[in-house]
Amino acid sequence: MKNIYTLGIDIGSTTSKCIILKDGKDIISKSLIRVGAGTSGPTRAIKAVLEGCNLTKEDMSYILATGYGRNSIDLIDSEMSELSCHAKAAYFLFPDVRTVIDIGGQDAKVLRINDKGMLDNFAMNDKCAAGTGRFLDVMARVLEVKIGDLEHLSAQSTKVVNISSTCTVFAESEVISQLSNNSNICDIVRGIHRSIADRVAGLAKRVGIEDAIVMSGGVARNKGVVIALEEELGKKIYTSPLAQYAGALGAALYAYEKLLRRNK
Amino acid sequence: MPEIEKVPAKKKLGAVADKVYQNAWDAKERGEKIGWSASKFPAEIAETLGLAVCYPENQAAAIAAKHGGKRMCQHAEDMGYDNDICGYARINLAYAAGFEAEEKPMPQPDFVLCSNNICNCMTKWYENLAKMHNIPLIMIDVPYNNTAEVDDDHVTYMRGQFDDAIKQLEKISGRSWDEKKFEQVCANSNRTAKAWLKVCSYCQYKPSPFSGFDLFNHMAVVVTARCKVEAAEGFEALAEELEQNLKDGKSTWHYEETHRIMFEGIPCWPELQALFKPLKEKGINTTAVVYAPAFGFVYNNMDEMMRAYCKAPNSVCLETGVEWREGICRENKVDGILVHYNRSCKPWSGYMPEMQRRFRKDLGVPVVGFDGDQADPRNFAVAQYNTRVEGLFEVMEEYTARKGENSK
Repeated sequence: MKNIYTLGIDIGSTTSKCIILKDGKDIISKSLIRVGAGTSGPTRAIKAVLEGCNLTKEDMSYILATGYGRNSIDLIDSEMSELSCHAKAAYFLFPDVRTVIDIGGQDAKVLRINDKGMLDNFAMNDKCAAGTGRFLDVMARVLEVKIGDLEHLSAQSTKVVNISSTCTVFAESEVISQLSNNSNICDIVRGIHRSIADRVAGLAKRVGIEDAIVMSGGVARNKGVVIALEEELGKKIYTSPLAQYAGALGAALYAYEKLLRRNK
Repeated sequence: MPEIEKVPAKKKLGAVADKVYQNAWDAKERGEKIGWSASKFPAEIAETLGLAVCYPENQAAAIAAKHGGKRMCQHAEDMGYDNDICGYARINLAYAAGFEAEEKPMPQPDFVLCSNNICNCMTKWYENLAKMHNIPLIMIDVPYNNTAEVDDDHVTYMRGQFDDAIKQLEKISGRSWDEKKFEQVCANSNRTAKAWLKVCSYCQYKPSPFSGFDLFNHMAVVVTARCKVEAAEGFEALAEELEQNLKDGKSTWHYEETHRIMFEGIPCWPELQALFKPLKEKGINTTAVVYAPAFGFVYNNMDEMMRAYCKAPNSVCLETGVEWREGICRENKVDGILVHYNRSCKPWSGYMPEMQRRFRKDLGVPVVGFDGDQADPRNFAVAQYNTRVEGLFEVMEEYTARKGENSK
């Protein structure tokens, strides 16, 4: 029988991600380009994901887009919000999941999902970069470290330097002042992670936390943030190596479902 | 006899709202004193005394809807008013200071009428106006209602201020109070309120004979002209048209009605199109709005009038506010709620997280909030709004599918 391929595209504010699924369950290719909506990122990510499995656009039975740039893609069959897509992916990766915490480039969201993996309720950050990936980008720049190093620096901390401002701009000044006071950089990074965790935990509590909790989105790769959130919520949080691809994975899963419904 | 062409209600109502401001310009030209009034100040007093009055909240909304909000807010900020202050207040204070607004000009005031049933920002806003122009401020202090029923002492307290406001306005107008005329004005006001509430009630039908967003357009008349017989006639004509739509299976909502929602809060006037776009694309009709029926004051005597003016979104306790809204949601059969967290209106937005929790628990419908502003476009992001509407749609779809499965 001929295989069915579906393509999920997640155009975020800072990255473009794609996943191709075979028969709605096997990931056969994935791509990530570090620029998002309004850039060459989406086109490059699509090209890369197709090259990764030697397939063409014509081989895709259904293409679904999600993320802030979802409306800017021409070749898609349909689009869905990243909320539902992240819920779908979390359920695919962790069938016991009931709460998803997703921290992306410019927003943070907490999703409650039902026992069928469907989105039931959600809360998102207000119009502010506090508690988002952008907050970490700014702090890494101030500290003159790579974003990927934050996790390791935080692991070496012996005490937390309190970063009290949730506002990205004010927190930046606070970090600068801590650096000029010769505070240990590892402790500052831990304080930064704690600051994000405080903010996101507030959202999670508003939605209501139920086990199992899964964290998705690019920031989930930073164990320092995951640990800070676990401490704040007093709960175990599960992550997947595919966390950053969760939106694209959910889109590819929905694409498969929509295809089956269309072909019925 | 030739058939007289019927004027559409929308046109009639538009003319009523325009006439309010034209009357004020004409009165000013005649050398009469004109006032600026809070939208929930008892309009019956000035109307009885034949005083022309303009409405700064309505003016600010109109300026904002015509994309002058940012410019006027920035003028106010340059004058020293903080950007955390209500956008309506900032727009109007800039206008009062002499910054022009072609979008909705109105004559400068000779007196101001303030009541704080809208919110407490009104008090400081109107004090500033009075000081800026060195003119009288007539204030009616409406106590916050901590209980569901309005306390008798509150009624007595308000009645005393009401009578005092009459005396002050008699002096300003140079006219004497005419009880007979007052009775007619109250009758007009009640007739308008009843017709307006009847218009709002047509949202209960499924599918609705009109788009709930239309209410936002029509409400200018109930705010500015509720004591005028033309306003009552306009809304009665609109109700007739809706009744006919219902019989003919027509609607001003030209899309499939996949879902029905309540819109909580004042709309983002500068972004009405942006607010409406994702809703219409998803077939989500706004069949319940809190802001519109809030102006339907109905009363049979003076005490009831005082009580009616006590009931405003920001002057009632949480329990009353929840009951009020949940009643609207049930009557109009909504399956979701969209909450505007309005940066301009802290009192209204402040208790929304708790209201959201109660709506979800009591009504079993999804509730989603978005950030915005009634007048300052800098506080709204269209992409964030679209994502939240899309999320709400997807959750409502899921709830509907689940209901379908359970009923099988």
